[in-house]
Amino acid sequence: MNELVIIIGMALVTIAIRYPLLALLGKITLPEPIFRALKYVPPAVLTAIIVPAMLFKNDELVIGYTNDYLIAGIISAVVAWRSKNLLLTIIVGMGSLLIWRWLLSTHMLG
Amino acid sequence: MAKARIVDPTRRGEFWAGVKDTIPLVVGAIPFGLIFGATASTNHLSAGGAVAMSVLVFAGSAQFIASTLIAHQASAIIIIVTTFVVNLRHALYSASLAPHLKKLPQRWLLPLAFWLTDESFVITISHFDTPDASPHKHWYLLGSELFMYLNWNLCTLVGVIAGQYIHDPASWGLDFAMIVTFMGMVVPFIRNRPALMAVIVSAITATVTYSLPNKLGLFIAAILGVAAGLISEAIWAEEKAPAMAEIEP
Repeated sequence: MNELVIIIGMALVTIAIRYPLLALLGKITLPEPIFRALKYVPPAVLTAIIVPAMLFKNDELVIGYTNDYLIAGIISAVVAWRSKNLLLTIIVGMGSLLIWRWLLSTHMLG
Repeated sequence: MAKARIVDPTRRGEFWAGVKDTIPLVVGAIPFGLIFGATASTNHLSAGGAVAMSVLVFAGSAQFIASTLIAHQASAIIIIVTTFVVNLRHALYSASLAPHLKKLPQRWLLPLAFWLTDESFVITISHFDTPDASPHKHWYLLGSELFMYLNWNLCTLVGVIAGQYIHDPASWGLDFAMIVTFMGMVVPFIRNRPALMAVIVSAITATVTYSLPNKLGLFIAAILGVAAGLISEAIWAEEKAPAMAEIEP
């Protein structure tokens, strides 16, 4: 029962965020500066999601080679930068995570 | 640098181009959907609840956080408020898309809003910014969104079933797929100093504010990142924000 309340509540707040501006803003024209600001939204938001997700392990900041997400994240950033190819970035990123974890597990990295 | 791709400007052509360009994003979402489904029972979310959440809410990171909060027995109100804060960024996406969709009736806008995600937004906004004047570009968005939605629900279902047989699925690192997908979307955007400043400020702010409750730091970081981009534009006047990343799908 509680679960149903949670899911319906989540569904309602989510559509209440996604829909109104799409429904209303079409009727008015945005001022140019706002339009310019909106172009920075995707990179700013996505960066704010991925950077802490790479740096924190169990809510603790871990900067060093033992942080597998950080190492694989840096490798995929380089691939994304050089190739601009999304699929290649995903494949190399996931692959390097697996390899780095394996290296850590063999204690080859000290 | 991606070439300006020629899309067949019919409804069907736009729809399938949207589906095709979303393939890499679907690949990135698969592990994430699987792990959401597979970890549901560990987090005391029922199988039906996990599937219903994917069908009705359809917001990957919010669902993940909600599932974790359920495991920690957070109250319904906390979970719903957290969902609101985590999904606030979608309001910014809606605002960005609105000028391109203003001729559409509400029967189009409501479903397009319901299916809106980070992935479909990023891939579509760059398509809207290409100079050709196709009147059917919303079909591109529809194709991208439907593909993401079908894939997410299918992966949730498979994850829920597989979760009954897998021990400790959370330790597999499948959530890293979301990080690399978003990485592949952000990095090509960084082509000038304002874009670089937006990303750096957002990264630092998100790290410093990480311990704030309800992922509030995410929103603060996004706002400061955008501000940093705009201020940098004023300093380096000749460098404007690129329309969006030129990603080769």
